Amino acid sequence: MATFPEYISQNEERDGVRFSWNVWPSSRLEATRMVVPVAALFTPLRERPDLPPIQYEPVLCSRATCRAVLNPLCQVDYRAKLWACNFCYQRNQFPPSYSGISEVNQPAELLPQFSTIEYVVQRGPQMPLVFLYVVDTCMEDEDLQALKESLQMSLSLLPPTALVGLITFGRMVQVHELGCEGISKSYVFRGTKDLSAKQLQEMLGLTKPSANQGRGPQTAQPPLSNRFLQPVQKVDMNLTDLLGELQRDPWPVTQGKRPLRSLGVAMSIAVGLLECTFPNSGARIMTFIGGPATQGPGMVVGDELKTPIRSWHDIEKDNAKFMKKATKHYESLANRASTNGHMIDMYACALDQTGLLEMKCCANYTGGYMVMADSFNTSLFKQTFQRVFTKDVQGSFKMAFAATLEVKTSREVKLSGAIGPCVSLNAKGPCVSENEIGTGGTCQWKICGLDPSTTLALYFEVVNQHKAPIPQGGRGAIQFVSQYQHSSGQRRIRVTTTARNWADAQTQIQSIAASFDQEAAAILMARLAVYRAETEEGPDVLRWLDRQLIRLFMFHLRRSPFLQVFNNSPDESSYYRHQFNRQDLTQALIMVQPVLYAYSFSGPPEPVLLDSSSILPDRILLMDTFFQILIYHGETVAQWRKAGYQEMSEYENFKHLLQAPVDDAQELLHTRFPMPRYIDTEHGGSQARFLLSKVNPSQTHNNMYTWGQESGAPILTDDVSLQVFMDHLKKLAVSSAA
Amino acid sequence: MNVNQHTPMASPYGQPQPGYGHPGYAPLDGGYPVPYAPYNGPASAYQPGALPQDYSPFTSFPSKAVAATPVSDLSSPLDLGPARGPPTSGPPPVSVPQPFNQYSPSQGDVQNGPPPMTQAPPRPAASQPYNQGAVNPSGPHSSYPQHYGPPPSMQQVTNQMTGMQINSGPPTAAGPGYVPPHSSQPPISTAYSAAPPPAYSQASPPASSAPPQPPPPSGPATSQQYYGSPQSPSQQPFNSSLPPTSQQQFTSPAPPPPSSQQTFPPSSQQTFPPSSQQTFPPSSQQTFLPPSQQNFPPSSQQTFPQSSFSGPMPPPSQAPAPPGSQPQQSFSPAQPPFSSAPPPVSQPAFISGPPPSAQGSFPPRAPPPSSQSGSFPSAGPPPTSTPSSQYQGPMPPQQQHPPSQPSPYHAGPSPPSVQMPPTSMAQSNHLPPGPQGPPCPPGPMQQPPTQPGMQGGYPPQQNGAFGQVRGPQPGYAGPYPGQPNYGAPAPAPAPAPPAQKRLDPDSIPSPIQVIEDDRAKSTEPFTTGVRGQAPPLVTTNFQVKDQGNASPRFIRCTAYNMPCTADMAKQSQVPLAAVIKPLATLPPDETPPYLVDHGEGGPIRCNRCKAYMCPYMQFIEGGRRFQCGFCSCVTEVPPHYFQHLDHTGKRVDCYDRPELSLGSYEFLATVDYCKNNKLPQPPAFIFLIDVSYNAVKSGMVGIVCQELKSLLDYLPRENPEMDSVVRVGFVTYNKVLHFYNVKSSLAQPQMLVVSDVSDMFVPLLDGFLVNVNESRLVIESLLDQIPEMFADTRETETVFGPVIQAGLEALKAADCAGKLFVFHTSLPIAEAPGKLKNREDKKLIGTDKEKSLFQPQVGFYNTLAKDCVAQGCCVDLFLFPNQYVDVATLSVVPVSTGGSVYKYTYFQAQSDQERFLNDLRRDIQKLVGFDAVMRVRTSTGIRATDFFGSFFMSNTTDVELAGLDCDKAITVEFKHDDKLSEETGALMQCAILYTSCSGHRRLRIHNMAVNCCSQLADLYRNCETDTIINFFSKYAFRGVLNNPTKAVRDTLINQCAQILACYRKNCASPSSAGQLILPECMKLLPVYLNCVLKSDLLLPGADVSLDDRAYLRQLISCMDVSESHVFFYPRLLPLLKLESGSLPVAVRDSEERLSKGGVYLLETGLHLFLWVGASAQQELLLNIFGTTSFSQIDPSMTSLPVLDNPFSQRLREIVDSFRAQRPRYMKLMVVKQEDRAELIFRHFLVEDKCASGGASYVDFLCHMHKEIRQLLS
Repeated sequence: MATFPEYISQNEERDGVRFSWNVWPSSRLEATRMVVPVAALFTPLRERPDLPPIQYEPVLCSRATCRAVLNPLCQVDYRAKLWACNFCYQRNQFPPSYSGISEVNQPAELLPQFSTIEYVVQRGPQMPLVFLYVVDTCMEDEDLQALKESLQMSLSLLPPTALVGLITFGRMVQVHELGCEGISKSYVFRGTKDLSAKQLQEMLGLTKPSANQGRGPQTAQPPLSNRFLQPVQKVDMNLTDLLGELQRDPWPVTQGKRPLRSLGVAMSIAVGLLECTFPNSGARIMTFIGGPATQGPGMVVGDELKTPIRSWHDIEKDNAKFMKKATKHYESLANRASTNGHMIDMYACALDQTGLLEMKCCANYTGGYMVMADSFNTSLFKQTFQRVFTKDVQGSFKMAFAATLEVKTSREVKLSGAIGPCVSLNAKGPCVSENEIGTGGTCQWKICGLDPSTTLALYFEVVNQHKAPIPQGGRGAIQFVSQYQHSSGQRRIRVTTTARNWADAQTQIQSIAASFDQEAAAILMARLAVYRAETEEGPDVLRWLDRQLIRLFMFHLRRSPFLQVFNNSPDESSYYRHQFNRQDLTQALIMVQPVLYAYSFSGPPEPVLLDSSSILPDRILLMDTFFQILIYHGETVAQWRKAGYQEMSEYENFKHLLQAPVDDAQELLHTRFPMPRYIDTEHGGSQARFLLSKVNPSQTHNNMYTWGQESGAPILTDDVSLQVFMDHLKKLAVSSAA
Repeated sequence: MNVNQHTPMASPYGQPQPGYGHPGYAPLDGGYPVPYAPYNGPASAYQPGALPQDYSPFTSFPSKAVAATPVSDLSSPLDLGPARGPPTSGPPPVSVPQPFNQYSPSQGDVQNGPPPMTQAPPRPAASQPYNQGAVNPSGPHSSYPQHYGPPPSMQQVTNQMTGMQINSGPPTAAGPGYVPPHSSQPPISTAYSAAPPPAYSQASPPASSAPPQPPPPSGPATSQQYYGSPQSPSQQPFNSSLPPTSQQQFTSPAPPPPSSQQTFPPSSQQTFPPSSQQTFPPSSQQTFLPPSQQNFPPSSQQTFPQSSFSGPMPPPSQAPAPPGSQPQQSFSPAQPPFSSAPPPVSQPAFISGPPPSAQGSFPPRAPPPSSQSGSFPSAGPPPTSTPSSQYQGPMPPQQQHPPSQPSPYHAGPSPPSVQMPPTSMAQSNHLPPGPQGPPCPPGPMQQPPTQPGMQGGYPPQQNGAFGQVRGPQPGYAGPYPGQPNYGAPAPAPAPAPPAQKRLDPDSIPSPIQVIEDDRAKSTEPFTTGVRGQAPPLVTTNFQVKDQGNASPRFIRCTAYNMPCTADMAKQSQVPLAAVIKPLATLPPDETPPYLVDHGEGGPIRCNRCKAYMCPYMQFIEGGRRFQCGFCSCVTEVPPHYFQHLDHTGKRVDCYDRPELSLGSYEFLATVDYCKNNKLPQPPAFIFLIDVSYNAVKSGMVGIVCQELKSLLDYLPRENPEMDSVVRVGFVTYNKVLHFYNVKSSLAQPQMLVVSDVSDMFVPLLDGFLVNVNESRLVIESLLDQIPEMFADTRETETVFGPVIQAGLEALKAADCAGKLFVFHTSLPIAEAPGKLKNREDKKLIGTDKEKSLFQPQVGFYNTLAKDCVAQGCCVDLFLFPNQYVDVATLSVVPVSTGGSVYKYTYFQAQSDQERFLNDLRRDIQKLVGFDAVMRVRTSTGIRATDFFGSFFMSNTTDVELAGLDCDKAITVEFKHDDKLSEETGALMQCAILYTSCSGHRRLRIHNMAVNCCSQLADLYRNCETDTIINFFSKYAFRGVLNNPTKAVRDTLINQCAQILACYRKNCASPSSAGQLILPECMKLLPVYLNCVLKSDLLLPGADVSLDDRAYLRQLISCMDVSESHVFFYPRLLPLLKLESGSLPVAVRDSEERLSKGGVYLLETGLHLFLWVGASAQQELLLNIFGTTSFSQIDPSMTSLPVLDNPFSQRLREIVDSFRAQRPRYMKLMVVKQEDRAELIFRHFLVEDKCASGGASYVDFLCHMHKEIRQLLS
């Protein structure tokens, strides 16, 4: 084992796991003193193109409360054809099919390099993928046109066997029947009345789903399609026409009113439709939202334009009269959807808020995407949406459906909870801790939608008592078992088993300290903070966070939109938090502390401090905040550009200089999901505010003359600079130590 | 009738009598003219005209009756009824005078309002006879009892009647028949009865009595004899009493008792024979005969007698011969009765009787219009002439009459005799010979000739018959029962009620006769300028000239002379109502209401009562102000409307402004008259089509869709040059609803399914309601695809409430008014608001709970209807049920919104397609107004208190109509809340604010002024039975909602009896209680009322479903007078010879009138039957069906084969014209005699007894008489 950083990245590479501590303190007491808990960022579907699919099923520990999967850490008695579970120490017989097992003929799951292994379950029917479009029609014609085109385009990206459905809504909600010849049919529901799945089923004339959709072997073959959900290959043309004929909601909108938008009911019907047709099977509800819900259950604002949609201010004053009710509505929808393994995507494209705050749980609980843009007619939306259907090298979607994650731990460690796009399955087990962090109280979570970057933060608790030392060389093991529906329709099980050494904090504090993964810890703590921010009052979270201490990073976190709601609408906060809670570590780091590159004639592009001092007239800056990619031309550069030097052949180098950050930005844009907002601005440009708000205000109107003359641009803010923050922090640290 | 009305004259009686002698006549002649004027002060007039009165009655009758001739017939019957002769005869000496008095008074009245008056008198007489008859009746009991509540009495009557009839067809008939004719006949009857006796005993006693009696045996001979004798006598009487033939006769008789009597007898005999023979035959005849004859003379008969006498005499002879068969019989019987029964009485009666009736009827006819008063003179002559003509061959007037009236008279008589060929037949029967011929197959034709005189007598006889009967009855009483009267014939009678009936029909008032008389009388355009003038009957084709009152096509009143006080109104029990058909379609030669624009300020109105500017506004102060005719409030004339007055106080621009000179016109409404102060949007039509299994299978869906494609080009429009602005929308449904987006920009229609029926809404706005031309391709594509889409449906459940809700919501969303066309098949049992369950329970029928079956099953639809009305959403419902669908509940919304319900039970595409499509076409194309509010304002003193029709009312004054089409009528009942003045009359103004089909807001105004009277006689003289029946039927049909059916029936009978009793008591000349006397204008009341009572709703047969009854119930509620008339009394045309340009004269709705050898067309407004006699002439069959074989006629054909012969062409023309006349298409059913389908057909022969227990006309008349007598006693 080389250095910890190498070890860490290797583990991350292989297993998609990063622990805050890579050597664990061996007792509860010590662990508590560490402040940062033992925790892990786990990316269940981390891309492993090299991983061979195992065409059989995993071997499970026979202890009913354990059911751990055979893994390389197990002790195997080849002669007796026995293996000992490394979690519960149960000795298990190998199944008959393993009769040929021997030291030289080991199944893959026993090989150390397969600490992460993927099984393909052959049993059960292959479930089709289901894509249900829920389309808002209350929008400008241009937007609608763009949306229609995007949707039509998406049809070509779907596998031919995938089932598609279409629900449109405005004042009414229409469920379109597909594949009918001649007259197109749709079932219409009024937007003010919520319907239960049962009512919906009767009204749509759907036959009852097979009685008990048990999770186990599916005895009854559910209908593979119905009038509303049909294979793409069959209804391609029809649906294309249908989308083409989509009209803007025809109901008149009088002056001073918002269009009546039945978003709440539309989503409810979408959920209900899938609930009664494809329970427990992967399905994606893709909601395209052009504005806030203005009527019916789930409405977030009235239709009077004179009453603006709630702001943080209103929320603080408890003045958002629709919020609680709406939130409740969407929460119940999210729960229903997640129970059935369906995910809900939300593509909200509007200049104003659309109610993501209320609806956030729909995406958060189900693993769906949340995308926020200004209009459907922007590349931000178009490309993001296109990227949803990205395929991997094998030609499968980079998405998985209806997954469950089960975590098993050694006896010394228990699960406190998880933070991420998941819901609890309420599976109590021996490894569940009583202390909950995030979504706790269970060792199984449902993650209805997964993509390769979906990352959960899992928090553990060391429960070993101080008096019961762990035997030397003992390791704490954690096994992640993710069952999911692959986009090919197969069910797969990915098992990741990982182990870390125990160390006595009293004697081996050094090694524990060395094993600290600062980045992971930062993100884990940040998630915790965000989680608390979501569930508790804002200032308290900051105060809580201030008591934890992680230097620079925390400085930016404090200022980030994840915790600061100032200058952000509730929707934006929800959106940022949503992304933060599901992206992997790298992306999350960028979100918290944007990356700033400088381009100048003085040298190759270089990362520079996120500081106002980095803003220089002869530089071009490229800032990546995850949500925005911003190119900032310094004052001089901007003048040059305006003068058109780049057009002159003798200034070709200037042209290259201008081009370099653009190219880099494109690269980022292409790999990022969702698409960041791309901003090209210059000194004094209005959009430069994005940059100025992020950098460390080392120079402000208060101190600008005390710093070096030549450097940077002053930021007009009362926010404290890092310098001040640090000074204060030092003082605090000392005083608290005292 | 008029004569009866003359009753007031009664007072004059004394005078009249004298007058009667000759003086009376003379005066009459002169008096008549005057009389009218005198009318008001009848007494005087009457007196002088006593005799004249009789005349006048006649005259008045004619006039009143509308058509002189018809009237005459009518009157004649009436007169007969009055049997003034008889009455007088009743109390021979005394009575005679009385009758005369009565007559005279009646005459006077007649003159004034001839018909009623005259009638009245007769009635008394008649009634008396009735009584007698009643007594006698015992025989016929059976039938009556059953039908009528008070069997015994009824029975008696019937018995009498029957007995009468039985004995000698005539007598019974006369009795019953007479009764009905009340007005004329009654008197006659009384007269008859009386007359006969007298005649027999006294004057003609020898001859008459002898003859009469003998006649029975040898009708002809006797009759002849009678005639002979009568002739002379009659002539004499006539001579003496020339003016009103009858009266004259009477009077003359009275004064010159001997002679008159003699004459009477003879005349009576003669007349009687005919009339009595046919109708009266049995008991009545005998007794009646004489009376009737006499009576007849009085009314038409009188003339008849006269005619018969003078000219008639010959006829008589003829009659005898021809009548020979019938007449003779009748005569003979009659005679015998007379002689035997109350000869003495009869004589007097005769005397009196004849005059009145004859006069009354004649006069009216002759001088129809102004007639009465003025007419008298002129008319008088004519009438008199007619009568006289009859009476006096010599009498100039008579001569006149003869031609016109005479014929009637003669006809009258003959009519009664029916058989009496031409004149007599027509008159008496009302139907000309033709009809009679058919009706009285017996010897009609033959008889006619002979009958002329006879017949003439007959009609009167009828009237008289009644009277006579009674008259005789007293005497008969014993006899009848005992059969003695009947003599030999009688024996059979008792059992023979039917036989009697057979005989009776001709003697009792004949609707056909009335109709024909009115037709003949109405040759001039009807001008509306004269206040209080009754328009021609609905069955008459006439042109209207608007001179300040609304055309009768828009408004018809039950009474054109309203009683001045509530007391009078209460006493008479005559309903005061108007049937208003605000958007009625006018014939092409009449100008539709002009459009008046009063500018931005909107129509000018009275400040207080808000009445609109109309001819009744009186401009004062040089034109600067006007005084409201309704509330007398004075209002400033706006400057822009100011105009100077001429020397008469009229504005000089009076004739340039429709609102100042016309009865009907329209105002352009300003925005103030619009909902939400916003000009309305063009209306929309939404088609909602049931596509459940039954609907598809029956072919309905395919047919509707196919038809709509072409129909959409014919949406209503005001300007035929322009495209309709009406937008259309489509919905199909079973237990969910499918809306269609047919926006023009779409390549294919889109279907939007709404399955959330519990809380209906409209799923789309844009593209649902479209302009036909713009979206034609899409719509056609949709209509092509709908049948395909649901071809394989298995859905059998339907919803209904949500369907209407959907349409309503769509209109709401579009913010417009409109109409829903719902095509529905089954009971809505699917889970949804307005869900129904099958509650048809035959066990409840006849119980107190029956009414619940007519009430909606759930309250949901009432609420829904209210919402619909608020939005101006009118619902037309087309039902295609295969089983119970609960029409009572489903029709709630259509009925409340001014819509229509159509029902096609067991719809079969092949056979019912035509009917349905024609209905649909008409329904879609007809002009319609939306979102209407109707308000009826009246002058102080009366108030509109009740409304009947298809509408909704949220308060007590405003009639709200979501939709109002050109076929819908609203009946409004008025009640007094104060006194009215004779000077100003009673004014009403009906204002309808509506949105036209082009989306314009309009105000249509109809003004109507009627007279007010302080004499009941005036009321009775100027009322319209058809309208009264319209009111009664609506009243009764609504009554079943809250009362047991039986109670409703009893109420109707009671009220009718009260009306007639009131007349008898106050207007008719005193006469024997046994005489049934009917007002001329109401002599058909009993027969029509019986039809109402027998309707499926009030007296359901076993095979009549609850749905059918509920369907009828709502159907009646919005019928206008002409529809309700033909509905209750179907039109039955004999198809023998068809001439282009005129229709054959109808025959009465009785099986007796059907000849085996003939083919008949029967029309009810809903059904159309072609009845083919079993031995129909081959040529006829060949012409119609193209085959000569009866057996080869396919009874399932629904349209006549197109054959290239004039007969076939004409027949098809007739059928088409019938269909065109009615708002609903009538499917032609071919009924072969003795086929099973004939049962259905027979149901419409409303004068016959019906299978469900409804009384025959004759029976009912007896019953009615009995009721009246009870009231009087």
